[in-house]
Amino acid sequence: MSWILLIEQTLNGLQFGVMLFLMAAGLTLIFGVMGLINLAHGSLYMVGAFAAAAVAAATGSFVLALVASLVAAAFAGVLIEVLVIRRLYDRDHLDQVLATFALILIFSEGTRWAFGSFPLFLDRPEYLAGTVTLPFGIEYSKYRLSLIGIGLLVAAGLFWMIMRTRIGIRIRAGENDREMIGALGVDISLLYTLIFALGAALAGFAGALIGAIQSVQVGMGEPVLILAFVVIVIGGIGSIKGALIGAVLVGLTDTLGRFLLPQIFGLVMTPSAATSVGSSLASMSIYILMAGVLLVRPKGLFGGA
Amino acid sequence: MGLHKFALAASAALFAAGAQAEGLKVGMITTLSGGGAGLGIDVRDGFMLAVEQSGRSDLEVVIEDDQRKPDVAVQLADKMIQSEKVDVLTGIIWSNLAMAVVPASVAQGKFYLSPNAGPSPLAGKGCHENYFNVAWQNDNLHEAAGAYANSADLKNSFILAPNYPAGKDALTGYKRFYEGELAGEIYTKLGQTDYASEIAQIRASGADSVYFFLPGGMGISFLKQYADSGVDLPVVGPAFSFDQGILQAVGAAALGVKNTSQWSKDIDNATNTAFVESFEAKYGRLPSLYASQGFDTANLLISAMGKADVADQDAFRSALQAAEFDSTRGDFAFGPNNHPIQDIYVREVVQEGDVFTNKIVSVGLKNHSDAYAADCKM
Repeated sequence: MSWILLIEQTLNGLQFGVMLFLMAAGLTLIFGVMGLINLAHGSLYMVGAFAAAAVAAATGSFVLALVASLVAAAFAGVLIEVLVIRRLYDRDHLDQVLATFALILIFSEGTRWAFGSFPLFLDRPEYLAGTVTLPFGIEYSKYRLSLIGIGLLVAAGLFWMIMRTRIGIRIRAGENDREMIGALGVDISLLYTLIFALGAALAGFAGALIGAIQSVQVGMGEPVLILAFVVIVIGGIGSIKGALIGAVLVGLTDTLGRFLLPQIFGLVMTPSAATSVGSSLASMSIYILMAGVLLVRPKGLFGGA
Repeated sequence: MGLHKFALAASAALFAAGAQAEGLKVGMITTLSGGGAGLGIDVRDGFMLAVEQSGRSDLEVVIEDDQRKPDVAVQLADKMIQSEKVDVLTGIIWSNLAMAVVPASVAQGKFYLSPNAGPSPLAGKGCHENYFNVAWQNDNLHEAAGAYANSADLKNSFILAPNYPAGKDALTGYKRFYEGELAGEIYTKLGQTDYASEIAQIRASGADSVYFFLPGGMGISFLKQYADSGVDLPVVGPAFSFDQGILQAVGAAALGVKNTSQWSKDIDNATNTAFVESFEAKYGRLPSLYASQGFDTANLLISAMGKADVADQDAFRSALQAAEFDSTRGDFAFGPNNHPIQDIYVREVVQEGDVFTNKIVSVGLKNHSDAYAADCKM
């Protein structure tokens, strides 16, 4: 094992983390402000990826594809908020889980009906193909490096919006006391729709960015959704800062765990046993991390009182 | 007049007898929704194409979706056996579902024809006279890949597969034939979509080639990321990551990759040419190996129906065992454990116009059987 490999793996973990953040940010906002558990968040990720693949196939432009993913996912978000989610705010979490689970099934089969059962093609643009050489002679994928940049930019924009703008003040107020900001004359239902659209757009954007290096297929959102839930539990539900720190922690733990654990076990075991034990333990690593965080801070790293 | 009446009565009697004796009902349990639906749909479409081409009105097919869940598959099998009263079951794609359904079904006196899954227990100790595998034993394509690696003079492979039973079978199969060194061996998480970490390890390992078994979406992700990583080692895989349904989603990243398969659309025989043409005409896409397996399964069944009545189990079983049908693979025969003895080819991914597809470059293993036949006592 060399330092170069370790740095490369750390970059991989960081890239995975910032993409998780895009998913987790919407999820944590929606839960924090509206108290809603949205299982269909992974479907919005899928909608973004499919919209991007369709537009990229029609126009050949990756930038247009990204715009399409934002628009399509935000539109789908508004649609389900107005038609379904709005009726669920006052219900208990079990009803919300049931209804949003139904939405997953509807989105999955609807997408299959519209696009067919076979995975779609979406590729990174030609100008981001290949690798760049970083200091110390590290060769790293240009596209993944761009993902890290884009993710950090979006995170910065989101912090600016929440801390410095009027809508951000309302979102923070909504997290603290929903009834009160309604009583103060803020159009609460419009605010909810806006937040939902924002969360959906971020998820769709992540779907399109990741779809370009993974496979665009029905059901692609659910594995990411589970990780996003782990992230917001670790970070503290409702906290954007928590979502960012949690996402990077999960990204690094998962990537470095998969890489280092088999090697560590290799010091004391035969290679095949070490591979098998190491990879099994690596699959558990983020859940062990979550359990550890909850043990010390039951509300997550940045959870409210 | 008398003669005429007699002929009429005789033909009526014949018709009645025919309807009673030769009618056969097939229950197809396969994956038609969720992530792995592309495979089930191909098997179904291939199967139904053969049924349609046979023109037999006495063959009825009931199709149900198992959603890739073992418990659902077991319920469907019970329903088909008890209330639909099917004679033959088929259709299952995944080995874990096959293990849940097949032993119980054959124990109840039904025939099971597998169009895809070939888990090792059912080829060895758990084999059964009523269980026929028309596709392959799970290890087969990986064994051929190992043999190919030797012939291509690859001496230091890096191998990876998901951490689940079929993944372990895959690497075992590869190592059974491969004679070189291993630069590394990784088991990834099942359903994993990001392979940056594994690719970085491949880069650092000093390997001369990569062998991977990552079916479905996992393979798409791996190939796209691998092509973008700047690692330039030859890649070998089984056909499961290079079938017709997946290649369009991988795009140019798969060009030139060698993969092993028991079927390819350019196998040169009349049955295969006609199959590829009629499949494309009917469904508007090229068939995959799964579609060919569905097609062959149906034709095997139809050939047995022509020789024996399913009510006479022993005769029907011998008719199946004889495998006298025109396979898309050319020569096809069953071994002593009712698993195929067939050629396994090495294919290369090529581009024909806008479409990415495969072309045969050599025969990997000739008349290949499986490693478990000796354990089978029927």
